[in-house]
Amino acid sequence: MTAVATDRRQFLAGSGLVLGLVLPMRGAKAMAPAGPTFAPNAFVRVLPDNTVSVVIKHVEFGQGPATGLTTIVADEMDADWAQMRVEFAPANDPLYKNLAFGTMGTGGSTAMANSWMQMRNAGAAARAMLVAAAAKTWNVPASEVKVARGVVSHGAKKASFGDLAATAATMPVPDKPVLKTPEQWTLIGTDVPKIDSLIKSTGAAQFTMDIKRPNMVVSVIQHPPAFGGKVKAVDDKAALAVPGVVAVKPIPQGVVVYAKDTYAAMKGRNALKVDWDLSQAETRSTEAMLRDYLAQATNPGTQCEADGDAAKALAGAAKTIEATYIFPFLAHAPMEPMDSVIEPKTGGADFWCGSQFQVGDTRAVAGVLGVPFEGMTLHEQYAGGSFGRRATPDMGHAVESAQAVKALGGTRAVKHMWTRENDITGGRYRPLMVHKLRGGIDAKGAIVALDAITTGQSFMIGTPFFDAKEPFDEAMVEGLTKSAYGFPNYRVGVNVMKNGVPTLWWRSVGNTHTAYVMETFLDRLIELGKQDPIRARLALMKEERAKTVLRRVAELAGGLTAKSGRARGVAFHKSFGSYVAQIAEVSAGADGLPKVHKIWAAIDCGVPINPNVMRAQVEGGIGYGLGHALYAEITLGEGGVVQQSNFDTYRSLRIGEMPDVEVAIIKSTADPTGIGEPGLPPAAPAVANAWRRLTGKVVERLPFAHPSNLATLGGKA
Amino acid sequence: MAVEFLLNGKHMSFDGDPDTPLLWVIRDHAGLTGTKYGCGIAQCGACTVHLDGKNRRSCVTPIDTVAGKTVTTIEGVSGPVAEAVQKAWVAIDVPQCGFCQSGQVMSAIGLLKQKPKPTDADIDAGMAGNICRCATYVRIRQAIKDAANAKVSA
Repeated sequence: MTAVATDRRQFLAGSGLVLGLVLPMRGAKAMAPAGPTFAPNAFVRVLPDNTVSVVIKHVEFGQGPATGLTTIVADEMDADWAQMRVEFAPANDPLYKNLAFGTMGTGGSTAMANSWMQMRNAGAAARAMLVAAAAKTWNVPASEVKVARGVVSHGAKKASFGDLAATAATMPVPDKPVLKTPEQWTLIGTDVPKIDSLIKSTGAAQFTMDIKRPNMVVSVIQHPPAFGGKVKAVDDKAALAVPGVVAVKPIPQGVVVYAKDTYAAMKGRNALKVDWDLSQAETRSTEAMLRDYLAQATNPGTQCEADGDAAKALAGAAKTIEATYIFPFLAHAPMEPMDSVIEPKTGGADFWCGSQFQVGDTRAVAGVLGVPFEGMTLHEQYAGGSFGRRATPDMGHAVESAQAVKALGGTRAVKHMWTRENDITGGRYRPLMVHKLRGGIDAKGAIVALDAITTGQSFMIGTPFFDAKEPFDEAMVEGLTKSAYGFPNYRVGVNVMKNGVPTLWWRSVGNTHTAYVMETFLDRLIELGKQDPIRARLALMKEERAKTVLRRVAELAGGLTAKSGRARGVAFHKSFGSYVAQIAEVSAGADGLPKVHKIWAAIDCGVPINPNVMRAQVEGGIGYGLGHALYAEITLGEGGVVQQSNFDTYRSLRIGEMPDVEVAIIKSTADPTGIGEPGLPPAAPAVANAWRRLTGKVVERLPFAHPSNLATLGGKA
Repeated sequence: MAVEFLLNGKHMSFDGDPDTPLLWVIRDHAGLTGTKYGCGIAQCGACTVHLDGKNRRSCVTPIDTVAGKTVTTIEGVSGPVAEAVQKAWVAIDVPQCGFCQSGQVMSAIGLLKQKPKPTDADIDAGMAGNICRCATYVRIRQAIKDAANAKVSA
């Protein structure tokens, strides 16, 4: 690790990314020098100053596509990393759609998977044309031209990409450029420094919140106190009296306050008096919802998957156990709350946003403003986190922002900004879910049956993302279905509940709860049968890649034996085509909750493109998963009012609660899958399994800090 | 009456609402956007600046309490500690989404100025007020240690 770090510093120094030099640029376009640009395809731009700009079709919110996609292009081009730049793609589906979605969008950990061949081809085509340009210029055979680290050469003749850009632009675009073989890769598979670390460490990276336009106003919104509420009447006198407030307007989503600066808008909002119509609102508390859910939880539901006869095998089992798991609503709470800037112009508008559905959001704004999509210009920005929140099937925030612009008259630029309170109380949560599990073992301790019933809300059914011909919503049960484990008798069923609280995918989607259910319940069955947690899992696994990561993590951690006062737990989960196994070591914290000391992880997500980014995503996935599993929940009180409003009541993981993380990456040759999400699912069950082995306590209701758990956990520490 | 103070070494005058938190004067009026809004109630630390050299949550600092003082933001921070911290941040690629990182960097600089060789417990305490939703905490801790070591060896 030390050696690697040293090399990286030298690499940084050598590539000119040294602090103290000029402030980093805010966007490649602003710096683009005049002269011919070589643009062989939609993704590569070679500029006369010898920089190579890669057009990034995915939103960058920390998961690393700006670096990863650029790495693939740079490698196929044999470019020098120091000459690489990024720019974000415009809203254009024909050129920039996610090949897995059919429209521009980022999610399901697909950024690398869908772009892999596209970016390789883009880079290879550019290289071939630069080589052809050199061959023509020097009158030598193309087969004798070499490219290395951004230098094109033939014997003593040398040229940069920039030197050749004008000629390369006249060369024919190859249909099927020759791609490198894995042995020829020089950047793919290495810890290429992230392309945005410098601007994000110096305050220079620009986010939507940082945009300022001439004559722009800032708007904030007051939403109804319960989901589905509507504005009945507004008393805006006091709000309008706040210096700087320029207008107050009701829109379908709530009441908008516009001001010359952000603080005045917030102060104006505090002064609003709104009478709400809550006749159509969801007014149940979460406890009331849970009673409804629990009443359905043993209903076998729609069958999603079945092997053998689970009911019969359970009836004949030597020993059985059952469990009822409860998972709370969770807010995503990205660090940058939802925001956008819209500036109307003749026949369209400029739209600044860290959009996760670039075309969908842009089209939604056009629709509300009544302008053609072709009149819109999206200026995609770095986004301050998302975890799924910025991708909503109804393009909700884009619509609300455009409504705010329209209500003000549709001529003035508006920055529409949610406050943290809007974010925490604003819905689109990971849904409240209940799981009923039953399992049995035979006299020898082998698992003979597992029956899993999931009860909760679907955020897919009724949206364009759900095919009405499907018998059930896979996002509710994924991870229980298509498990890497095989059980002799197995059944997965699902009950869909109606609920007025808007919900959404949340980092790793259904796997946020199914992995916890599967891995903690399986661990209990294994313990009941007096089996070894790792060997028993290996015996159940159907896929070799699953076994490989489990064996690797056991080797990395040195097994499951912990020193005195601590215990270890293991969990495995496959999601988004990637395989992840983790071992957690915990002790009892003074607060009655687990103190998580370390998590070891082994991952296989196909060809490792940038191991450094992959490790970072596993670290972050573990932290995000653990923080919520230990501390966080959104609850609704009487009248359906959300009881949390900011980080004082919606508790986030902090630095002292973050475990050490050590990651082993399997050197896979399979096509790359994702790593933005798959690191998350095994973390909480690994901790829960360690905790059960340490204390004997089973945690079936999340978060760990829920009062019902603390009542039993409290005396333990 | 206008509030006068030094912002990154330059004279700054603000004659708006005296309740306005320093954060919004920095962002909306001075046009320095490196300092971020994340919560507005001193829970997340994204708005951390240095007030007379010490870490301060600008989102809960009324502008009239800043009169006559020196404010440094991520855009203006300098010196060997700042340089060591930012170099360490880049060298191990701490940022993910990056939105909290101005605040993290400012807090780390403030911490190292108080405790040049911080222990793990010092880092936990000194950085407890800065939330990173991407959970880059493993690297934040490492970068602070690297910066402390770099300063010593330099």
